[in-house]
Amino acid sequence: MSGFFDIPSDLQHSWTGLIGLHMREALLPVAAGLLLALPLAQLCGRFRWLYPPVLGVTTVLYAIPSLAFFVVLIDYTGQTELTVMIPLALYSLVVLVPAIVDGVRSVPDETLAAATAMGFGPVRRYLQVQLPIAAPAIIAGLRVATASSISLVSVGALIGNQGALGNLLAAAQKYDRPELAVNAVVTMAVLAILCDALLVLLRILVTPWMPRGTRPRPAARREEISPEGAVR
Amino acid sequence: MIRFDSVTKRYPDGTVAVDRLSLEIPDRSITVLVGPSGCGKTTTLRMINRMVEPTEGTILLDGEDSRKQPVTTLRRSMGYVIQNAGLFQHRTIVDNIATVPRMLGWGKQRARERAAELMERVGLDTSLAKRYPYQLSGGQQQRVGVARALAADPPVLLMDEPFSAVDPVVRKGLQDELLRIQDELGKTIVFVTHDIDEAIKLGTMVAVLREGGRLAQYAPPAELLSGPADGFVEDFLGADRGIRRLSFFPSTALELTTDAVVPADAPAARIAAVEAPYLLVTGPDGRPLGWAERDALTAGDVPAERLLPYGRPFVPGTDSLRVALDCAVLSPTGWAVAVDDDGRVTGVVSQQTIGEAIRAAHTAGRADGEKVAG
Ligand SMILES: Nc1ncnc2c1ncn2[C@@H]1O[C@H](COP(=O)(O)OP(=O)(O)O)[C@@H](O)[C@H]1O
Ligand SMILES: [Mg+2]
Repeated sequence: MSGFFDIPSDLQHSWTGLIGLHMREALLPVAAGLLLALPLAQLCGRFRWLYPPVLGVTTVLYAIPSLAFFVVLIDYTGQTELTVMIPLALYSLVVLVPAIVDGVRSVPDETLAAATAMGFGPVRRYLQVQLPIAAPAIIAGLRVATASSISLVSVGALIGNQGALGNLLAAAQKYDRPELAVNAVVTMAVLAILCDALLVLLRILVTPWMPRGTRPRPAARREEISPEGAVR
Repeated sequence: MIRFDSVTKRYPDGTVAVDRLSLEIPDRSITVLVGPSGCGKTTTLRMINRMVEPTEGTILLDGEDSRKQPVTTLRRSMGYVIQNAGLFQHRTIVDNIATVPRMLGWGKQRARERAAELMERVGLDTSLAKRYPYQLSGGQQQRVGVARALAADPPVLLMDEPFSAVDPVVRKGLQDELLRIQDELGKTIVFVTHDIDEAIKLGTMVAVLREGGRLAQYAPPAELLSGPADGFVEDFLGADRGIRRLSFFPSTALELTTDAVVPADAPAARIAAVEAPYLLVTGPDGRPLGWAERDALTAGDVPAERLLPYGRPFVPGTDSLRVALDCAVLSPTGWAVAVDDDGRVTGVVSQQTIGEAIRAAHTAGRADGEKVAG
């Protein structure tokens, strides 16, 4: 009988190796999503008419099941990590753009007027006033994006074993070792909880200026954490 | 000097917020723009630091077109204070105040020292320096707003309804503080309010605006009260402008009488000699104790419970005729009690005498413009 942490050799990784792989496949897309969302949200804030169409397009993207995405992308990027990460980056974008736009819009008019009156240019004002004040909302968005990304990586198992910990689910069936499935689910859940805790800690560190008790909850919208929800 | 030269602002939607406004704002004094909501006060103010660009006309700063200098340079030379303060909620009080000096390239240490100095100047305890805005009351936040605007020592201060959102007691404190700071610093202040009382209290000059940013009258407050230019200004001043105008007449010239003022231990003969039906009884320190009916008084002890309250005394020379009249109106005997700075009675004066003084002041022509605390 092999142990809980003995990973079948055809997965080509140890348990910790799978964790590293899983985190990379989950977090790189969130980071990429954030990098894209920041300028996009800035544009949506500048040109108000842009926001509704952007919101529409991203919502449609979000409605496409990840599997369908993979099938389309496979023709271009093959059975690689990239095929998994591109849809995940887009999903992150969908969560982050409204989070940033709403966060930036929540900055009171008086604060903006005061900044302008003190001689802040638009860029300085965005970086030094609007973004810091939007930080709690942005981090709330990051919590949702990160948790869902960690669970969604496992779908990659369906395209040439690119699902990191998700591959254990297939292996559990193949080798008739249900403990591998338990391992996969528990590990992903723990990873999601740890990442969430780190983000909460980050928010506490960057917002000493918030009154206690009014810290925002992450948006309930589109929250999907359970690994079982992997196939959408 | 800030000069509006036939300035018009038409917003893209066609709203004419300001219509051919010409106005000269003198240096080192408080000029108030007052008028009903939506009459273009904010627009007028924001054209000075070019947060709003005029559609037509020019604004001259010391004779120079304000468009000649870069807009950020212009703005950093003008402090700006708004309703609800508009503090940066993510920065500490000291960092809020140090914002403009830091942008001007001051070192961190120097900017913080300057901020601490300003906190004292606006009446804030420096122990609040490391707090965040949410930890301060509305009045304290507004003081931070004033300190922040003063940080880089700009010659001009633009204030847009800065005290409108705080309760009346705090507002009065902030107004007094502003007058005191202005005494010390002598800035060119343009102050926007919709509150005519605030305008009259703070303004050296008051510009009354009407709908569409048209200037209805531009005058010192006393002149405004004595001679409103038209029905609009008269309505805006309210029903009791005659009473309020008394704020501008000093009470120095009131003829006080000491006949009816008797010490608590006065002999019966002294009391009997008084003609007035009521007497003001004073204590051994010269302070007022209360009024007593002459006939009820006997020599020696005057029982305190038989004295009528003397109301609120006024200080001739410091208080205006308005305060003196108010004291007389509030007094149960119709006589106002005058005291010196230490609270010792200097005499009493009747409503009738005050009424005569008011008539005399009015016939002496318009008020001399000298402002008396009222
Ligand atoms: N950005 C804007 N676009 C269109 N109309 C505006 C704008 N800002 C102000 N207005 C209009 O201009 C008029 C004057 O506004 P404002 O200067 O804010 O008045 P006040 O400060 O005296 O209340 C109002 O009718 C207001 O609705
Ligand atoms: Mg206004």
